[in-house]
Amino acid sequence: MSSPNRRTSQHNAPIAHLKANDFKNASQAALQDAPLRRALSRATDTFKQRRLGALEEVDDWEALRTHGRAIKDETLSRLDHHLLRFVDQATARGTQVHFAATREEACTWIADLAERLDVKTVVKSKSMTTEEIGLNAALEERDLHPVETDLGEWIIQLADETPSHIIVPAIHKSRESVAKLFEERLGAEPDLDAIRLTQLAREILRGSYLEAELGVSGINFAIAETGSFLVLENEGNARLTTSLPRVHVAIMGIEKLLPRWADLETFLRLLPRSGTGQHLTSYQSIFTGPKRNPEDEGPEEVHVLILDNGRSKILDDDVTRETLACIRCGACLNACPVYAQVGGHAYGSVYPGPIGAILTPQLAGSKEAVPLPGASSLCGACRDVCPVKIDIPRILLHQRNEVTRKLPMHAPFERLAMKAFARMACAPGLWHRSLALARPFLRFAAGSSLPSRALRCMIPPLAAWSKKRSLPGPARHSFRQRYQRKNS
Amino acid sequence: MHLSLFVTCVIDQLCPKVGEATLTLLEQTGCTVDFNPRQTCCGQPACNAGYENEAQQVARHTLDVLEGDNPIVVPSGSCAAQLKHYDQLFPADDPDHERALALAPRIHELSEFLVDHLQYDASRSGFKGILTWHDACHSLRELGIKNQPRQLLAQVPGVELIEASECETCCGFGGTFAIKLPDLSVAMTDRKLDEIETLGVDGIVSTDASCLMQLGSRLANRGSKIRALHLAEILTQ
Repeated sequence: MSSPNRRTSQHNAPIAHLKANDFKNASQAALQDAPLRRALSRATDTFKQRRLGALEEVDDWEALRTHGRAIKDETLSRLDHHLLRFVDQATARGTQVHFAATREEACTWIADLAERLDVKTVVKSKSMTTEEIGLNAALEERDLHPVETDLGEWIIQLADETPSHIIVPAIHKSRESVAKLFEERLGAEPDLDAIRLTQLAREILRGSYLEAELGVSGINFAIAETGSFLVLENEGNARLTTSLPRVHVAIMGIEKLLPRWADLETFLRLLPRSGTGQHLTSYQSIFTGPKRNPEDEGPEEVHVLILDNGRSKILDDDVTRETLACIRCGACLNACPVYAQVGGHAYGSVYPGPIGAILTPQLAGSKEAVPLPGASSLCGACRDVCPVKIDIPRILLHQRNEVTRKLPMHAPFERLAMKAFARMACAPGLWHRSLALARPFLRFAAGSSLPSRALRCMIPPLAAWSKKRSLPGPARHSFRQRYQRKNS
Repeated sequence: MHLSLFVTCVIDQLCPKVGEATLTLLEQTGCTVDFNPRQTCCGQPACNAGYENEAQQVARHTLDVLEGDNPIVVPSGSCAAQLKHYDQLFPADDPDHERALALAPRIHELSEFLVDHLQYDASRSGFKGILTWHDACHSLRELGIKNQPRQLLAQVPGVELIEASECETCCGFGGTFAIKLPDLSVAMTDRKLDEIETLGVDGIVSTDASCLMQLGSRLANRGSKIRALHLAEILTQ
């Protein structure tokens, strides 16, 4: 299907495995996939309920959100300052800090490090940033063996897929489909239950931890004041990934900073509640440099790789900057009625759902993700649940404007129709005369006779509307006509 | 009190009786209501599809049409929200930005105006039936309307109101979204309707004409007996 050119352009795209321009077909396919939709609706409903439960215990959730957002705004307004402070503090505690401008640079740096250390197996804990840069594929190209250790990510790696949710990568998979996957790929007994499946994964993963000499993790929050960083998780896999191997590499986007240690109080309350509906994740690992004495536990080397990959461009944009306040909790995905129908893969980006729909075009360029700003009914449920109050619908609208401005050849009929609409709507006489002429025609098209149906099929917007909806016929006389008759 | 009616294009063309019911309701309370026949559309179709210039043009026309200082009642939540937020279409140094800011406090969605400003008594409605309320996204999230319509329906002696757990979920319309991604749009509608059909209601009520068009069209296509009804139709029975 894909031409060599397309493959090249995807390879160079700032986000790995980007297929966002295929949203219409991919969402259509997802709508046909009944097991997928059942799994999605069950999972998103559960997370929504748990989130509501977890919010009940917070006295003033609104104030907490406002405070969280204020900290993020403060950070972003002087990000250079906070980054430099982080570098100074982390370096003083023995952490080595590096910067990568692009995803290629980041992947190459990690692969080079692995080669220098002469390791073959690299264990990884869940990290969206490594998904963004396509680290696994890059390591495999260099004959290295990356192993995901988060259960969901491990399943996805086994199935050779990409995650479909920011915090629940295998949300689209049912227990049955995982059992089938384990049977096919690992020779497991058929139809294992969830506990046996987890046990099996655990047994296999233990070997990888012991074998690996390099562990790669993401970062939830980095603290400029102390040079520390945090990883939140529920399975203990991130703690093993970051403590057993000799070297730990943590990767984050430039926006993950918080100025002060005390800011954690706010974000440790916001993130788990919004994401999984937990008071706190089962594990919070805080890293402040490598081990200091040979007899201590932990890695000998700790590296932090700070990724730009288009983020400083977003930072410069007054209109969309708030996108960088995102703490990747996934609440907007669970709340989104579009996501609940089609799931993450339909978005064709490692960042799906409402936040993905605004982040992907900003990282990859609006040409690489033309349909995503339109993949929303602008209902605003995402804005309601966002723990840092990102106005996602506002940015979606802004990006829709970008598409029509930057891609003048996109949707020529729609453009023409909108020009005609605006012209008519500014000329009341023309507007009402035209609609009076159109009404009998539309009344006919709304009928149930064969010619009516044939007519509907020939006019694309009417055909699109009436495939699964009856077409509402307009009234014989408009309100305006009836009002004027009555009052004349 | 003297009011203006912004009837919205959907009600003007598709369901003029809802506009007339709105007039009746407002006049029942002793208000005088004017209707400027030069009004057309709030411009939301262009705005939401990303045609900022076109949306601005239509907004300028509507700002001219709605010139004045009396309250303006809109029997549709998303159109009311669009009119209320016209300022977002214009840069701060544009004179129309100032005009938009002056317009915003004059805009009222019907149920909000009836309850909060007219203390309307809905007990005279003779409507009989079991109903569920659909919180239109823009009424709920842009205008903060939640209790007002419920309060009105509770006053109608013949109405039993049953809440759907998905009452705040989007109906799937979303303007041009409904045409560009029609199967997805309908799948979203079905999520609501699947629950509502188990409630044993006679009607889904809202004050958003576009949501009602989406819900009603899908209900008819499903062969359902449930009707999509505008609040004004219930209150004037």
